[in-house]
Amino acid sequence: MKRVRYILEFPPESSGKPLTYHLVKDYDLKVNILRGVITAGKEGKLLIELEADEENIDKGIRFLEEQGVTLKPLSQQISVELDRCVHCGACTAVCFSGALSLDRNEWKLVFDPEKCVACELCVSACPLQLINVAFNNRA
Amino acid sequence: MGIKKTYEEINERIKKGEAVVVTAEEIIPMVEEQGIKEVAKKVDVVTTGTFGPMCSSGVFLNFGHGDPPIKMAKIWLNDVPAYGGIAAVDAYLGATELSERNGESYGGAHVIEDLVRGKRVYLKAYGKRTDCYPNKEVEGYIDLESINEAILFNPRNAYQNYAAATNSTDRTLYTYMGVLLPKFGNATYSTSGQLSPLLNDPEYRTIGVGTSIFFGGARGYVAWYGTQHKSKVERNELGVPIGAAGTLSLIGNLKEMNPEYLRAAVFHRYGVSLFVGVGIPIPILDEEMVRFTSVRDRDIYTVLLDYGVPSRNRPVIAKVNYEELKSGEIRVNGRRIPTAPLSSIYKAREIAQKLKEWIQRGEFLLTPPVEPLPKDKTVNPLTFREEG
Repeated sequence: MKRVRYILEFPPESSGKPLTYHLVKDYDLKVNILRGVITAGKEGKLLIELEADEENIDKGIRFLEEQGVTLKPLSQQISVELDRCVHCGACTAVCFSGALSLDRNEWKLVFDPEKCVACELCVSACPLQLINVAFNNRA
Repeated sequence: MGIKKTYEEINERIKKGEAVVVTAEEIIPMVEEQGIKEVAKKVDVVTTGTFGPMCSSGVFLNFGHGDPPIKMAKIWLNDVPAYGGIAAVDAYLGATELSERNGESYGGAHVIEDLVRGKRVYLKAYGKRTDCYPNKEVEGYIDLESINEAILFNPRNAYQNYAAATNSTDRTLYTYMGVLLPKFGNATYSTSGQLSPLLNDPEYRTIGVGTSIFFGGARGYVAWYGTQHKSKVERNELGVPIGAAGTLSLIGNLKEMNPEYLRAAVFHRYGVSLFVGVGIPIPILDEEMVRFTSVRDRDIYTVLLDYGVPSRNRPVIAKVNYEELKSGEIRVNGRRIPTAPLSSIYKAREIAQKLKEWIQRGEFLLTPPVEPLPKDKTVNPLTFREEG
């Protein structure tokens, strides 16, 4: 079993289709919707976690791409400039998903993109402005 | 008779490269294993460190005279106003001053960091024409090398303990204590705890005016007690204050500092501040200093305040110690509150370690204070008097 997080970008013409239904029904994917933003008549964005065996995930992804959906792995849409980080911990105060945490031996910041839900709270919480999340175009 | 050592004896050992120096964290297990007496015999110096956002920071600058000279009255550095109401080409740039063009995301602290990084900074100044200062206006790039002096002079740094913050309201609060989530969604604290300078010398026996310190990566000094220095406070049986207490006013040469230990900070919807790295060596003059410097996070308590109440007297939600706060979660009235620091323990350790190495290499001698910090000082609220 594999678990991956993707940001899906829907073009306006595909926003009426029940794509998640097909992912579950036709490809046997476990779909967890973590965040969604839909701009009426324009486009939609969805953060989803897919869980299934690798083959089915690949098939599901191909299906989505055929429907005109752009898929971006979440881990590539978030950047934390760890080399400039001072490990103050301010970002961990708002990270309820646990993606940003402090290692309590070294007291260094640890970032696990697979736990991120792209809530973007950390973007404004980082006093050094080192975090970027490309989800809502406001980052 | 217990162990007694003098500054002179300790400095002699430092010069010979024989001094035994440990950090304020390293001394804790030593005392637990060997006892206070043994450690007092062995150890000469304990180093401390802290690296937190310290708003009350800023730099005195002297730009040098142009020709014809100008008496600068209104001054900007990268569009951040600096105070020019002192001599002709002297100025004070405060860390929290905001850029007139870039609002919240750039301020005095960023100019300070840029200068320390060796970057060029745009100076613009206006003045009133006088017989001795005929020029009215100058502008151009300067850098740390081109100017005469850059003296980091921070009126209040290195708070001895500080209240932790939480938020009872329904809305997110953006504060200098970070982002406080609604309904006790989190709590933040700002100290290096058992590594913090004034928490290791709680009664100010060795840290006083004139003490030489690690300041922004260079050697600096305690210039005075800090603003809002509050020494007459509730203390526990070890003399450690519960909540905000003593403060230090620090001075040092910005030209010698290192950007690793001075970093500009932006607190969203609050403003700009400066992370300052401070480390203070504490001489082990006797057994009492071992007792003080072996203080543990679990011995240091602070109050948890509700920042949701917009008052100077915020209600105390709980009394907690730093072992609890540093564990990542506290329990208050049966409720779990996740906790996070704002002051970097990682950097604080690095600073204490670096200072230790300086002393071990004989590069840094200890200075006894020329005057102690006041011991029974209180803090006044803003009080308006009758006119006249």
